[in-house]
Amino acid sequence: MKITCPYCGERDHREFTYRGDATAIRPSIDNTSLDDHQAFVYDRKNTAGTHRELWNHTSGCRTHVVVVRDTVSHEIFSCEPVGPFAKQLARNVAKLKGAGA
Amino acid sequence: MSRYSAWEILKNAVKGNRDWTPAWRRAEPKSAYDVIIIGGGGHGLSTAYYLAKVHGITNVAVVEKGYLGSGNVGRNTTIVRSNYRLTPNSRFYEKSMELWRELSHDLNYNVMFSPRGVLNLALTPGQMDTYAERGNQMRLMGVRSELLDRDQVARLNPGLDVSGSARFPIEGGLLQPDAGNARHDAVAWGYARAADQLGVDIIENCEVNGFLKEGGRITGVETTRGTIRAAKTGVAVAGNTGKVMKLAGIDNLPIESTVLQAFVSESIKPIIKNVVTFGAGHLYVSQSDKGGLVFGGNIDYYNSYAQRGNLPVWEEVISELLAMFPAFARVKLLRSWGGVMDMSMDGSPIITTGPIDGMYLNAGWCYGGFKATPASGWCFAHTIANDKASEYNETFTLERFKNGQSIDELGAGPTPWYH
Ligand SMILES: Cc1cc2nc3c(=O)[nH]c(=O)nc-3n(C[C@H](O)[C@H](O)[C@H](O)COP(=O)(O)OP(=O)(O)OC[C@H]3O[C@@H](n4cnc5c(N)ncnc54)[C@H](O)[C@@H]3O)c2cc1C
Ligand SMILES: [Zn+2]
Repeated sequence: MKITCPYCGERDHREFTYRGDATAIRPSIDNTSLDDHQAFVYDRKNTAGTHRELWNHTSGCRTHVVVVRDTVSHEIFSCEPVGPFAKQLARNVAKLKGAGA
Repeated sequence: MSRYSAWEILKNAVKGNRDWTPAWRRAEPKSAYDVIIIGGGGHGLSTAYYLAKVHGITNVAVVEKGYLGSGNVGRNTTIVRSNYRLTPNSRFYEKSMELWRELSHDLNYNVMFSPRGVLNLALTPGQMDTYAERGNQMRLMGVRSELLDRDQVARLNPGLDVSGSARFPIEGGLLQPDAGNARHDAVAWGYARAADQLGVDIIENCEVNGFLKEGGRITGVETTRGTIRAAKTGVAVAGNTGKVMKLAGIDNLPIESTVLQAFVSESIKPIIKNVVTFGAGHLYVSQSDKGGLVFGGNIDYYNSYAQRGNLPVWEEVISELLAMFPAFARVKLLRSWGGVMDMSMDGSPIITTGPIDGMYLNAGWCYGGFKATPASGWCFAHTIANDKASEYNETFTLERFKNGQSIDELGAGPTPWYH
């Protein structure tokens, strides 16, 4: 499998560390429901088919990437940056691409 | 149907081996049973056998989507062991060892259980200390263990590079002398035949594609060969747990499916006595009775329902094998394949009533469900027959995660791909 890092481009997946289901979202800090926290930590959809998941480019720029991938065919549909700087990163990448870099 | 025996072999040989009959009937699905087991893998078949044998429940169907042995029971590297640290695991896997020892006689089918010993190599003094601790813990649970120094390890497996110049010099190892291998196909066939003889219907090429629900209770299944009703429905589909439970509306189990690959080399003369595992990384190798080296390592670390993996695992596994046994560099690889694994959030299994009334769940087997086959079936049958877990699986619940009672042998936390 090859994953396209938003910074570094297309790389072999062995450069990345798998970080699991990207749809499991941590409940907010003031949510005191045990069920919500248990669901975040332990419960997974374990989808056969299109799966949103996190990969970290550990052997590269160490950014997290949200990969949308088919868990049956291993086909990768998209790789997007994530985190507080994702928007800025996307703008920079677009600018660089526009400049023909 | 007759018992297998030396006399039967002789009698059939004289008659030109024309009179052997199939080991189990090709059963047609009836409209209703007392119990349906979904999944004709090792666990489904052993469950059916113990339901009939121990609990006298013989009106049972095992429903399998493909042919028997097409799942992980026919894909594993056949290691059978019980060298655990945590009490629930030790007790459960020791129960399994007890059943393994008598299995061929019990089933009247040679499962070729071979207690050749499982040897975990230690590569550092620190690792030796850890193994000393593990060995002591095993002994406290009544499981035999032996701590070996480098010379003892070398005498057992002469191909090992025990020189000081090895990439990872070997210090010694921990041996579970009563552990070993069994023939995986024979386990599936043996349980199938023995269950069939007790009246269980084994229905192949019959995929479950829905559940019957009445008043919040599961009352049977929809299949590609029609509707089948049952008071009790057990799910034992290993890597397909996510897919099958979704049909019942359950999509929040503490399980993720990944792919594990296995490898077999061409046949060579006997060189490896034990099942040997590497101390730096993850690799286990044994030699089959035909002479092939059977080995495997880590899963491909991502969710997968594909019965095939990627090449980085090949490189990792083969380089670890060669670090231990440099001579194998000249051996040709014959085959490789993958199986879909049900990795649980703490690395331990689930054998429980529920999560819906009328339903029973057996899942979360990770790397090690083959060795569990006898005890898993024994416990699942007990749970289905009595609507209550046995003493061996009372902690293998779904609630344990919420209650902070996860059984995390490795201490890896809720990252299923690291167990
Ligand atoms: C490569 C590899 C190596 C392994 N090595 C070892 C080892 O050395 N030692 C060890 O202890 N364990 C090992 N394991 C793990 C072990 O093989 C499994 O944990 C165990 O076989 C799972 O239980 P099972 O035999 O019942 O599964 P399976 O044989 O997979 O049975 C499940 C069955 O359910 C059927 N099914 C699925 N969906 C449906 C449906 N909708 N309707 C009807 N039927 C359905 C499948 O076709 C399948 O036959 C290994 C696994 C793999 C993949
Ligand atoms: Zn990168």
